Amino acid sequence: MPPATSKSVFAMGVRAGAPFILVVVPFAILFGVVATEAGLSVFETLTFSLAVIAGAAQFTALQLMQEHAPTAIVLFSALAVNLRLAMYSAALTPHFGAAPLWQRACIAYLTVDQSFTTSVSAFERHPDWSLRQKMTFFFGACAPILPLWFLATGAGAMIGRRIPDALALDFAVPITFLAIIAPALRTPAHVVAALVAVALALGLAGLPYNLGLPVAALVGMMAGARVELWAERRLLRGEGLGG
Amino acid sequence: MIDKATLWTVIAGLALGSFALRFLFLGLIGNRPLPPWVLRHLRYTAVAVIPALVAPMVMWPKATGGETDPARLAAAAAVLAVGVLTRSVLGAILAGIAVLYPLLYLLG
Repeated sequence: MPPATSKSVFAMGVRAGAPFILVVVPFAILFGVVATEAGLSVFETLTFSLAVIAGAAQFTALQLMQEHAPTAIVLFSALAVNLRLAMYSAALTPHFGAAPLWQRACIAYLTVDQSFTTSVSAFERHPDWSLRQKMTFFFGACAPILPLWFLATGAGAMIGRRIPDALALDFAVPITFLAIIAPALRTPAHVVAALVAVALALGLAGLPYNLGLPVAALVGMMAGARVELWAERRLLRGEGLGG
Repeated sequence: MIDKATLWTVIAGLALGSFALRFLFLGLIGNRPLPPWVLRHLRYTAVAVIPALVAPMVMWPKATGGETDPARLAAAAAVLAVGVLTRSVLGAILAGIAVLYPLLYLLG
């Protein structure tokens, strides 16, 4: 296979990101609508989306503010939802650590579930990619999603009236996240990590400040790592016994 | 109504906090090599975090007041099944939509 050119790697990123348009747009419209219903202006809603780019945390913050929770609690809960971004940052470090600081800052700002997951699975499939190619893919994956995230938030804020409940836009979030993750369940270790995380997330759903999420995720990661180790050892032992 | 001072404090705090979380490792560790056991855990970041985030939304959707909804449950199962079998994000999304709306219509 000839080495991929920058242009084709960018196009690969765009193709990987493009399916998410289907769900990011309704999700962003929903945020715009809910935010204006909560009394935010179009400008405030857009600033919120532009500065934070994390839908789940934005919804959490909005809901708690409407319940008049103390500001510290609002921030703490929303940031707990976003703790996964620190895990993404750690997982991207082996790939982008060598880039200049300002480029790492750009990547950090653009790290969302979609850009992270599509990039990491592409990097696993193309271990030969250079730093530059990885970066090109990452920005390619952002290109179809993030501009539309802002535009659709604005559109939702301007529509500003109730979208029929029958459209069930709330379910755009689970659908997008499940669609991201299902193709990534490649090995028994991946499946175990996901199952353990799901079981704990459901069991700990009652914990305050969304703390169940980071705990469930961490234990899921530990379970995945453990299964990977066992699988490696069994493979080694199997070879030693000739079977 | 949300108080404006609270709103802007939350927007600014959440913006700075989210960027700090995103930049934490990428910015501070940079090119220093991470130990193998850390890398082994990081490989499972996405497959642990995202299912943990989604599971409560699927089981107890806010839109139904937290009551388990067969249409949403079936749609989630369709997304997962098609995603695992075809490895196609787009196929999985379309399968979810194709199951969700008819069932919402029939059961609702």
